[in-house]
Amino acid sequence: MSTRLAKHGRLIDRSKQIAFTFNGKSMKGFAGDTLASALLANGQVMMGRSFKYHRPRGVVASGSEEPNALMQLGVGDRYEPNQRATTTELFSGLTAQSQNHWPSLEFDVLAVNNKLSRFLTAGFYYKMFIHPRPLWKHVYEPIIRKSAGLGAAPDKELKDADTYEHFYFFADVLVIGGGVAGLQAAKAAAASGAKVLVLEQNSHWGGRAPVDGGTIDGEAPEVWIEKTLAELKAMDNVTLRDRCMGSGVYDHGYALGYERLTDHAPGQGGPRHRLWRIRASQIVTATGAIERPLSFAGNDVPGVMLAASMRDYVVNWGINPGQKVVVATNNDDAYRTALVLHDAGVEVVRVVDTRETGGGALMEAVREKGIRVELGRAIAKVKDGKCVTEVAICAQNGEGGARETVQADAVAMSGGWSPVVHLWSHCGGKLIWDEVNANFRPDASRPPLGHDGNGFVVPAGAANGEFGLGALLEDAAAAGAKAAEAAGFPAKSVAAAKGESEEEARMEAVWLMPAKADIKLRMKSWLDYQNDVKVSDVQLAAREGYESVEHTKRYTTLGMATDQGKLSNINGLAILADSLNSEIPQVGTTTFRPPYHPISLGAIAGEARAEIFQPVRKTPIYDWFDKNGADWEPVGQWRRPFSINKPGEDRHAAVNREVKNTRENLGLLDASTLGKLVVKGPDAGKFLDMLYTNMMSTLKPGKCRYGLMCTENGFLMDDGVVARIDEDTFLCHTTTGGAERIHGWMEEWLQTEWWDMKVYVANVTEQYAQIAVVGPNARKVLEKLNAAAGGGMDVSKEALPFMEWRDGKIGEFDARAYRISFSGELSYEIAVAASEGQAFWDALMEAGKEFGVMPYGTETLHILRAEKGFIMIGDETDGTVIPQDLGLHWALSKKKEDYLGKRAQQRSHMVDPERWQLVGLETVDGSVLPDGAYAVGEGVNANGQRNMIGRVTSTYHSATLGRGIAMGLVKHGPKRMGEVIEFPGTDGKTYKAKIVDPVFYDKDGEKQNV
Amino acid sequence: MSKAVSVLNGARYSGLATVEDAGLQGMITLRGDLGSKALKAAVKAATGAEVPAQGSISVAENGAAAWMSPDELLLLVPYEDAVAKTAEVAEALKGEHALAVNVSDARAFFRLSGEGAREVLGKVSPVDFDAAAFKAGQFRRSRLAQVAGAFWLNGDGSFYIICFRSVGEYVFKLLSAAAHPQSKVGVY
Amino acid sequence: MLILECPYCGVKAEETELAAGGEAHLKRYGPGSSDDEFHDYLFMRENPKGVHFERWRHANGCGKWFHAARCTMTLEVFGTYTAQTSVPTQEIMDKIAAKRPGWTWREFADGKK
Repeated sequence: MSTRLAKHGRLIDRSKQIAFTFNGKSMKGFAGDTLASALLANGQVMMGRSFKYHRPRGVVASGSEEPNALMQLGVGDRYEPNQRATTTELFSGLTAQSQNHWPSLEFDVLAVNNKLSRFLTAGFYYKMFIHPRPLWKHVYEPIIRKSAGLGAAPDKELKDADTYEHFYFFADVLVIGGGVAGLQAAKAAAASGAKVLVLEQNSHWGGRAPVDGGTIDGEAPEVWIEKTLAELKAMDNVTLRDRCMGSGVYDHGYALGYERLTDHAPGQGGPRHRLWRIRASQIVTATGAIERPLSFAGNDVPGVMLAASMRDYVVNWGINPGQKVVVATNNDDAYRTALVLHDAGVEVVRVVDTRETGGGALMEAVREKGIRVELGRAIAKVKDGKCVTEVAICAQNGEGGARETVQADAVAMSGGWSPVVHLWSHCGGKLIWDEVNANFRPDASRPPLGHDGNGFVVPAGAANGEFGLGALLEDAAAAGAKAAEAAGFPAKSVAAAKGESEEEARMEAVWLMPAKADIKLRMKSWLDYQNDVKVSDVQLAAREGYESVEHTKRYTTLGMATDQGKLSNINGLAILADSLNSEIPQVGTTTFRPPYHPISLGAIAGEARAEIFQPVRKTPIYDWFDKNGADWEPVGQWRRPFSINKPGEDRHAAVNREVKNTRENLGLLDASTLGKLVVKGPDAGKFLDMLYTNMMSTLKPGKCRYGLMCTENGFLMDDGVVARIDEDTFLCHTTTGGAERIHGWMEEWLQTEWWDMKVYVANVTEQYAQIAVVGPNARKVLEKLNAAAGGGMDVSKEALPFMEWRDGKIGEFDARAYRISFSGELSYEIAVAASEGQAFWDALMEAGKEFGVMPYGTETLHILRAEKGFIMIGDETDGTVIPQDLGLHWALSKKKEDYLGKRAQQRSHMVDPERWQLVGLETVDGSVLPDGAYAVGEGVNANGQRNMIGRVTSTYHSATLGRGIAMGLVKHGPKRMGEVIEFPGTDGKTYKAKIVDPVFYDKDGEKQNV
Repeated sequence: MSKAVSVLNGARYSGLATVEDAGLQGMITLRGDLGSKALKAAVKAATGAEVPAQGSISVAENGAAAWMSPDELLLLVPYEDAVAKTAEVAEALKGEHALAVNVSDARAFFRLSGEGAREVLGKVSPVDFDAAAFKAGQFRRSRLAQVAGAFWLNGDGSFYIICFRSVGEYVFKLLSAAAHPQSKVGVY
Repeated sequence: MLILECPYCGVKAEETELAAGGEAHLKRYGPGSSDDEFHDYLFMRENPKGVHFERWRHANGCGKWFHAARCTMTLEVFGTYTAQTSVPTQEIMDKIAAKRPGWTWREFADGKK
């Protein structure tokens, strides 16, 4: 059992005790502990259950590579599953729960899977549950989902209590990693005057060096780290960030930093995470290396740890990992762990070294302490259980026949080191195989390329495959100088700090322990702890023909867990290479993709949540509507009132009331959202003739014309009324939400095709509040306002006829009035300065009282236009509809040689008489047709489905007519007037509707032209 | 002009920096040949300012001219003069191909001041706000999180920010959130 | 995430400030063109591995369209240039030739024109 040592623990403050709970049990740790070190201090070696077999699992590593010790942290709206105990800093009141077990960590029903493991091999699910088909959805999937998986998802009713933000930062040199290599590289780069940003994922600087020992410039590494940090902090051109992980490297020097601001101090206030969106000329990856596990049977039993991680727990947090420890290794570094353990008073039972010739000076030092070192030996097996109890030792070069069995409660293993090449590789940096250290390291000759075609990532130190302290610091200094120079800052020569560490004997590549382990052992030798993938699974995949490493990964799920195979990938592909009788470099690695380590979705979303999740566009009259019963609906990013409900009224009743009142009295619509584009210049008319299907150049100043715009494909894209302001100037109305798109469309043609045309366009949509004053009393209310103000614009039929516009005063407001109608009623659309919009609305509401004024919303707007058979972009059109389909031939100029879309409308499919065409639809029983319903015809198509002959594009209850009305596109529609066709609904009913003229109300237009 | 109300109607938030509604501001979009003598004279007459260089704003006592694109300026004039000055500019440029249009009411206008101003903008706009990179008199069009915006740095260290009126409230809340008192980055 | 320098305002804009506008230097075919010509104009696009010419708009910025030449494989940007040209400028073609001798794209190639 693990305990806290009386000595060591350079990162903890024993004067500050911290209380926390694990699975409801109160425990105590110290400031500076991680959750993992605090749990070990409390004797909690077992920290979770595995994904598939529910095997007991303990912590294996001490950093972000940890696969096992995943926790559910926090409660309520701060609950989060799958958090690593090793990267969770302890704080007072932390609540952690282990995951993937039921009913408890100690006793788990599904641990029976472990007994069934010989059936649950790679591809098991694919093979077993494919037949019979229906059972998958209803039986197998629910059971599998319950038994396999990680932490429980948060309660869907709760919202994350925290906030997040982004921050954009620009640097000449970004250094990722604050170990001694990162600090050395930063120092070299900063000396050139370059602006340098250094990111360190932990809360402490210096990386492994203080644990691993050696000297830098003749002193302990801590001394150099402190000194260098102080130097860097004093420089104006250097920014240092701890608790900030370099998470990804992307095109053109873009990189993400994930800063954890309050994870260690919840409730402190301010954002929890900050995502740094960094643009750097050059990036130095000083990301260190990760130790590899050894693949022996029972290498996942709680108490088995990576050797260097065990050393971290002793040195950094004063943890005694066990009373009796076996060290298994294929290299010299693990001997450091034996020495540290011995120094801490822990009995090192054996050092099992696979190398027949053993190691160098470090091994001798261990032997001098009286520790037994066994050469050419391996661990045959660690006995299954909730903690290590017994270790069987055998010859490495055998099948696993045990030479001896020793009692132990912890095992330290080391299979060698792999440089963290992830950030080098994210954007395309290539790797080479290092035979000496048996790892992939960056190939400096093939770096990721930037915008100028030159490399923009420089690896440094252990991340570059340099392990001795001396070589590592020299490499890092050179990397920093190289990066600064490439960023345009010729390096001043900065001598690398002089590092010294023990000479190490060459390691031996060991991918399976023992080398000829039998199948029973291989089925207990874990490669990927988190996804429960064993040596035997990868071998099975190879036998079944999965030769590509990418296929094997997906078939076995090797490396697909939340740790993305940081521990398992190299071991797994070595096993695959062996199974395929191939070499490791030939098999290659899977692709490294960002993020390096999972980052929160909150950090990705940044500030975009709640009120500022997305921009909500509001008209100047928004607040009035909000206070007066608006039933909002989104229209693009705008909010528009669907209806304005009176107290106790539902939206349908409100709409019926609004429709009738507008037809009979006076309705007001906030039409401010309509796009308004000023088009000016000597060629403006010619330009608009190309953009609209009809002729705009012949429009007279003072007059308005409805126009259609099509894409080059011929399809309708927008419509609206164009007003000619003067000889050179037009004002084009677009649909709501169309302003920016059509503005962009106009600029595109003007800048990229017709740049010789003298035309300027300006988007003035938001300059105006535009209010539609609609209904038989429309003129009366305007005349009343004018009378009250003692004059103003003449709005009579004679002075301001239909389809004309005037500038002038309406009441006390400077206004432009358009006599246009989208309702079929007498109607004025009046634009005033947006800043005066609310005042103008108030004036109309007040003056309109005696005329029965009521505001109306978008649904009433739709019904009024549908009663008149006016089309709506987005209802009657869907990007495949041409004007001819909608009977809008009158709006297609025959005089013009060309307009956008004209040539396309001559293509064979566009002139096909079989195209569906617009008609009105009247249900036989007066009910409302379902929106989007399809009409069925005779016969079936090639797939045996009933033939379709049309569809509903708009459908409403008309309060004016007291019945359902609709428009739709129907094959040969205009020739089939009076015919009844059938629309099967999704409710099982069939709706019968008669084909009629789409104009349902006031066919002669008498009401609008008064 | 008591009927006219600015979008945020005097709203203000103080945190890392102070975000405030800068009130009604006369703005004229002017498109034309920025090299033409008539245009230069018209800009000077309307604002008192010279035609600015690319990426900058030239500020005079009672007005300013900001560089929007190679053929577009944004003229800043007192709100109550905007209509008249738009007409004056249009009149002065009658002989040439140009467009002057009053956009005073189409915009929301903010002042962002205080020590944290650079950092606050740096949270919402992908622009380098390092003192060495963004200097007084610089004018930049970019985005403010999810919407288009423009801003310039004043001589007193405060930023003026312009966006479309309809998203004024969004931008105010966005800047206020970015100015949360406990969200200091500490790099500028 | 790409950076392209807008040739109109000098801003080194990142991709979130830009809008991609597809292949550059298309010749518009209108009424009077053959079905094949029009079909190609509407639908047929280059998809090269290597040198490519594109249109971009500095949408969250000065609003101007411009042309960019870049390598689709390495994302190397050879340069950006005016939108008011129906063919690549000599200057950009020379820049590409310096980096990718023997390049070809549609009817354009190293040494031609």
